[in-house]
Amino acid sequence: MIGRRSRKRGAAVRRPAPPPRNRKPRGGWRWPAWPQLRWPRLASPRVYAARHLQVLLESLGRLTHQPAASLMTAAVIGIALALPSGLLTLLDNLQRLSLSWEGTASISVFLNQELEAEAGQALAGELRGWPEIDEVRYISRAEALAEFREHSGFGEVLDALETNPLPSVLVVEPVKSDLTPAGAESLLQRLQALEGAELAQLDLQWVQRFAALMEIGRRGVLVVGALLGLAVLLIVGNTIRLDIQNRREEIEVTKLIGGTDAFIRRPFLYTGFWYGVGGALLAWLLVQLAFLLLRGPVARLAGLYDSSFLLQPLGFVDSLNLLLAGALLGWLGSGLAVGRHLREIEPS
Amino acid sequence: MIRFDNVSKRYPGGFDALRGLSLHVPAGQLTFLTGHSGAGKSTLLKLVSLIERPTSGNILIDGQNLNRVTRRQIPFVRRKVGIIFQNHQLLFDRTVFDNVALPLIIAGHDHREIGRRVRAALDKVGLLKHERAYPHPLSGGEQQRVGIARAVVNRPPLLLADEPTGNLDPELSREIMQLFEQFNQVGVTVLIATHDIDLISRMNHPILILKAGRLQAAGYARGAAP
Ligand SMILES: Nc1ncnc2c1ncn2[C@@H]1O[C@H](COP(=O)(O)OP(=O)(O)OP(=O)(O)O)[C@@H](O)[C@H]1O
Ligand SMILES: [Mg+2]
Repeated sequence: MIGRRSRKRGAAVRRPAPPPRNRKPRGGWRWPAWPQLRWPRLASPRVYAARHLQVLLESLGRLTHQPAASLMTAAVIGIALALPSGLLTLLDNLQRLSLSWEGTASISVFLNQELEAEAGQALAGELRGWPEIDEVRYISRAEALAEFREHSGFGEVLDALETNPLPSVLVVEPVKSDLTPAGAESLLQRLQALEGAELAQLDLQWVQRFAALMEIGRRGVLVVGALLGLAVLLIVGNTIRLDIQNRREEIEVTKLIGGTDAFIRRPFLYTGFWYGVGGALLAWLLVQLAFLLLRGPVARLAGLYDSSFLLQPLGFVDSLNLLLAGALLGWLGSGLAVGRHLREIEPS
Repeated sequence: MIRFDNVSKRYPGGFDALRGLSLHVPAGQLTFLTGHSGAGKSTLLKLVSLIERPTSGNILIDGQNLNRVTRRQIPFVRRKVGIIFQNHQLLFDRTVFDNVALPLIIAGHDHREIGRRVRAALDKVGLLKHERAYPHPLSGGEQQRVGIARAVVNRPPLLLADEPTGNLDPELSREIMQLFEQFNQVGVTVLIATHDIDLISRMNHPILILKAGRLQAAGYARGAAP
């Protein structure tokens, strides 16, 4: 009632201040009964959700006020996330490639020791007639011994033996169009069941070696990914730490008028969240761009090997995972910084 | 409303700002707190608002012992206290409206309720026309009143003010004091630390005088009726 002071001034000083609890609205403004709230008061879920949404958007808005600085931080995060996710996608592609090769692996059928050479040849001839078989090569026991002697370096051991311990072998090349792992498996079973066959075995040695290499690669990417994830935590943490220092005044005032830690934490957590999401989006763009660039040359190379292999970029689920990982790392990084630094700021 | 029971406060440097202080601020009263510079007025207010903790003794607000208030509970106690301190003033990157709305947002009021209450508070301090302004261009007295609006907007039962008229001219000071009187008239307990003996001795409210961390005197100004 500043506007009315001139009329009241004289009276206000002498009055012994009776406290009327219910003041009548005068001249347009209302000042309801005092005090009328119960404390502490919890917000309704709807207000709570609206508040979260508001902070979410506010913190995004705050970031867009300094687009250059925000973009820089997001770019650093983006690069850190792009490296492991790009490498993982590459490994996934290699895995697909190795799966398609698995079908082309030959099958070795080890024949019964007693089976005569002619019978073996005849069996080879019969198998050549199977529609799913492209080529069969017969390796007699003597040839097998010669090959073994040459490659293994155990010649002297063999010389000590009186008889040739090696069986004769049929090397079966399946037709390429029957490449599915299931097809290869059923062929394997039928070969195994042949009269005179001791053992049928997919020649997976190189596939296994490849798989072992892939495993090493995967582990390596995991290590790199963990380190870069840590880097993202630190980047976000440090950015938020600076942000907290810049908003020190605001934090003190908010604490003084009854803001809980959760309330004060919230905008910073959402800021971290947005950094993570922004970084993940940039990482996604980088990976997809890189794969788009590689796609043509890889297809050409595959063509030279008579393969229709196509490089696959990040799929939908992987993209979602990347986004989630980014958001989570941003949130966590900010949470670490906030946990460490918010306590230090108290009004004085 | 506020009870100090043999309260001492020693600051980390070893200085005793309060020495065995006992006093009582009754509910529903407007009470002035005065004393020489360094007497411990600000310290007393900081103890009530839990910015500082006492070295010994008990402080009760509304029957609640502040020594039993944990860190996590502090915000909820502070929501019952409207605080007008000079060094915790406005946030200059938001409008007057947003500054005053902050306590209500913290308390989780809904949008419409916030609008209503903020406007009522701004109207009360005579600043409704500035609701969309930023604090910076406002005069010192107007900024002070925005601070007051923020302190009262959630209608706390207790108001604390540390030198609210510190750098205002006598006319503005009187206006601000009248504002506090009006809040007091609707039932709010008000405690104001001030140097402005001139002003308060002409007002009819109890005065507490501190001296070197002790209560030197309590009563009404000689000129005022008891
Ligand atoms: N944080 C602190 N650390 C150390 N000493 C402090 C601190 N705050 C205040 N003091 C000392 O405590 C004493 C009381 O300070 P206080 O601020 O309570 O006095 P005051 O009555 O408000 O004085 P003024 O009228 O000048 O504002 C002063 O001598 C001051 O130097
Ligand atoms: Mg002081």
